[in-house]
Parts: sequence; C-alpha cells; structure tokens
Amino acid sequence: MKRNPPWSLRKFSTWIWTLFVALLLSAPPAQAHILSGEPVSFASGFMHPLSGWDHIIAMVAVGIWGAQLGAPAIWMLPVTFPLVMSFGGFLGLIRVALPGGEHTVEFGIAISGVLLGLMVLGEVRPKIWVAAVMVGFFGLCHGYAHGYELPDGQSGLYYSVGFVIATGLLHASGIALGLIHRWPLGRKALRVCGAAIMLGGCYFLWQAFNPEPESTATPPIPTPAAKSAAASFEAGRSNVALIPHSRDSAQLEYPKTDGLIYSAT
Amino acid sequence: MTMASIRKQNLILPALALALAWPAPAHAHLVSTGLGPVYDGIGHWASTLEDIIPVLVLGILAGLRGAAPSRQAMFALPLSWLLGGIVGMLIPTSPELSRPILSAIIAATFLAPGLLALSDLPIPPLAVTSLAATIGLIHGFLDAGGMRGEGATTGVGILQFLGMYVVLFVLMTLLAALVVSLRQPWMRIVARVAGSWIAAAGLLLLGWSLRGVG
Repeated sequence: MKRNPPWSLRKFSTWIWTLFVALLLSAPPAQAHILSGEPVSFASGFMHPLSGWDHIIAMVAVGIWGAQLGAPAIWMLPVTFPLVMSFGGFLGLIRVALPGGEHTVEFGIAISGVLLGLMVLGEVRPKIWVAAVMVGFFGLCHGYAHGYELPDGQSGLYYSVGFVIATGLLHASGIALGLIHRWPLGRKALRVCGAAIMLGGCYFLWQAFNPEPESTATPPIPTPAAKSAAASFEAGRSNVALIPHSRDSAQLEYPKTDGLIYSAT
Repeated sequence: MTMASIRKQNLILPALALALAWPAPAHAHLVSTGLGPVYDGIGHWASTLEDIIPVLVLGILAGLRGAAPSRQAMFALPLSWLLGGIVGMLIPTSPELSRPILSAIIAATFLAPGLLALSDLPIPPLAVTSLAATIGLIHGFLDAGGMRGEGATTGVGILQFLGMYVVLFVLMTLLAALVVSLRQPWMRIVARVAGSWIAAAGLLLLGWSLRGVG
C-alpha cells in the first residue's frame, strides 16, 4: 500500500492556511484594564523586534537557513539566536561597552542581512559550529542594539516575554518558509528570498556607512488625535500612549514632553 | 393528637417556612463579597505571569527528564509553594525587597530551569526535585509578601495558597505528563526551544533588574 510522504504538499498548505487564518483572526490587545502598564509593556516588547526591517530580515533568514541546513541546525540556530540576542540585550541594558563600541553593533547588524542572505542564496553548508558562531555574533549585535534602546518605565517582565516571543515567532516563520526546500521549485524560491535578503542587507549596510543627517526642522503641530490624547493624559484618565520605537529613519521622533511621542505623519 | 397540638403544628410549620424563605441579600455580582480567598488563589494563576512561567519551565524540565522526576516534581513544587506561602504569611514581618532585587530573583527562577531544559542535560531526578522545591519555596514566600502587602490576613492568605496549590498541582501534573508523553524527537526539540525562550526572557529580565528598573 502506498503511504503518503510525511510532509505532503497538501499537509503543508493546510498548515500555511491555518497560520494565515490564525494571524488574520488574531485580535489586537484590547487593553481594557491596563494595570501598571503590563499590556502596554507586552505590546511594546512584542513590537520591538519588528521595529526595523534590518532585524526582521535577519531573524527570518536565520529560520530559513536553519531549515535549509536541516537537523540539528533547524532547531539549533533558532535556539542560539534568541538566547544570544537576549544576552546581547542584557549587555546593552547594563551598558557594557563592546569592543569597537556602537560601530561594531551597527556593522554587525548591517552585515548580518548580507551574510545570512548569502548563506540562503548559496545554500551554503558550513560546519554546524561555524553556523552557530556566525548566528551567535549577529544575535549579539541585534540584541545589544535592542537592549540599549529599551525604554524605561515599562514592566521588564512583560516586555521581555513579548520581546522573546516575537523573536521566536520570526524564526518560526522563517523555518516554516524554509520547509519548502523539499521541493525543487521551493529551493529556487528560497534562493530568491536569500537574494532579496542580501539586497536588503546591502541597503542597510550602505545606510550604516552613510547615516542621514539629523533633522533640524521644528517639531510639527500635534495632530488632533495627539492633542486629545494629551488632554486625557493630563486629566489622568489614560495611561501613557507609546508609539513603537522605529529605527526607520523616515519617521522622525521628538523629545518626550508629556509622556507622548509625536511622530511626523 | 389533640386539636391544640394540630393547630400549633399548623402555625409552626408555616412560620418556619416563612423564615426560611425570607429573602436575604443575594450578592449576585460578588461586588461586596468577591469570590472568596480560595477562588482568588485559583484565579492567581491567570493573572500572574511571573508565577506561571516558572511552573511552565519546570514542567518542561521535569517532563524532559522522564517519568520519575516528573512524579517527584509534581508533588514537590506545589507542596513547597504552599509551605513557602504559609511560612511567609506566618512571619510577622519580612524583608522589604526592592523591585530590581525581586526581578533578579524571579529572573533566576526562569533562567536556571530554562537553561537546563534547553541543554537537556542528564541531571539526576533529585536535582530536578530540589530545583522545583527551591523555586516553589521562593515564589511562595514572595507571593505571601505580596499578599500581606495588600492587607491579607494570615487566614485569608493561607486559604488563597490552598486555592493556588490545587491549580498548581493540576498544572504541573498535566505539563509534565504532556512532555513525558512526547515521543517524536522534533516534539522534544520544541519543548527545549520553549525552555530556551524562557531562559532568554529571564536573561533580559535580569538585565532590567541590574539596570535598576522594571
């Protein structure tokens, strides 16, 4: 009797559709009973790894590369990256100076997209310890940047949990995407993804060496929504509203005055 | 039976029925009474992330180590948590711990079992049981401190801990049994990855505490 292969296309597409529907149906946090900022902290922590495309492409690339390499890399890399990233975040939080300072971190983040994209594009299969060291170094740089940027006034526990969950889910999505390498067309599609990741990494690397000058423009007039939020904040009826910090230079940020961050939109 | 006794019965029974049927305040919406300390303890697990995560990671660790450590841990953790809570409630005053120190202690209870679960080291069952008991004592004691800080009396606190104990026993049993039952290698790897995530969260939390915030 012919047995179905363990991972048939139908089963795979079922998983993908299930994940897609789950994402569509997932409700954003209601924040109905904000207690000491915990939900805000969880949401803020969850959004932080998603705050920059340079982080996102690196984390997804780790998952894809792990799937290409197969066991044990398929789980070792996504385990190494969050743990080392958290260690980097730990170092950033306590302000430990890394050799080379912020240049090492910026360069590490920028080059991570390029190299990981190249690994995926070329289906490079180094020794497992080489892959782990490479992923570990990039994780350290990404984590350090996150830890250094973490805002005060949040619940550390909820922030940390949200942060790690988001990072892990990015890896999981990369692994799920990487599973298509079982099929010849899937392998080609992954190499195209690798090329796209590498191009994105090149862009961020270029940005790292050519930072945009700081804006000297005057802060814009707050939007009506921001005015209303400021008024309710003064009345003590609402908690601090946070806009997730973005490393996208297109979004300008202004100093906090009354607990709100205004953004030019 | 005389007519007098029959008349007396005819008066007593309706009077008794009226007294029993007299409406009392229903407290239907529990605004004034609350659910009670036992149910408060039961509900504690739905609202306290810093307590549920160590249970999760200890369940994973015990399950990964096998059936024998799981059997020991499923009793050790709830009992030690209960004991820590009772001791905490009975001590008249406890040392005031600052938020960063509390966070550091909680972070350690994530980090240690998380790293052990991730590494899947063949530690002896007694080590798992001891770790579970230690973490249970610590969290029970800290919970008692929090309860007394909110004005709970000793009796109320102990009742809350009894409610917590029941749910904790069930949770630990189910978690450890689930992990023990995993047969496929990739499922065990998922459990180890979960342990690594918890360790990672603990590491970040430790960083927050060393920074003096959170």
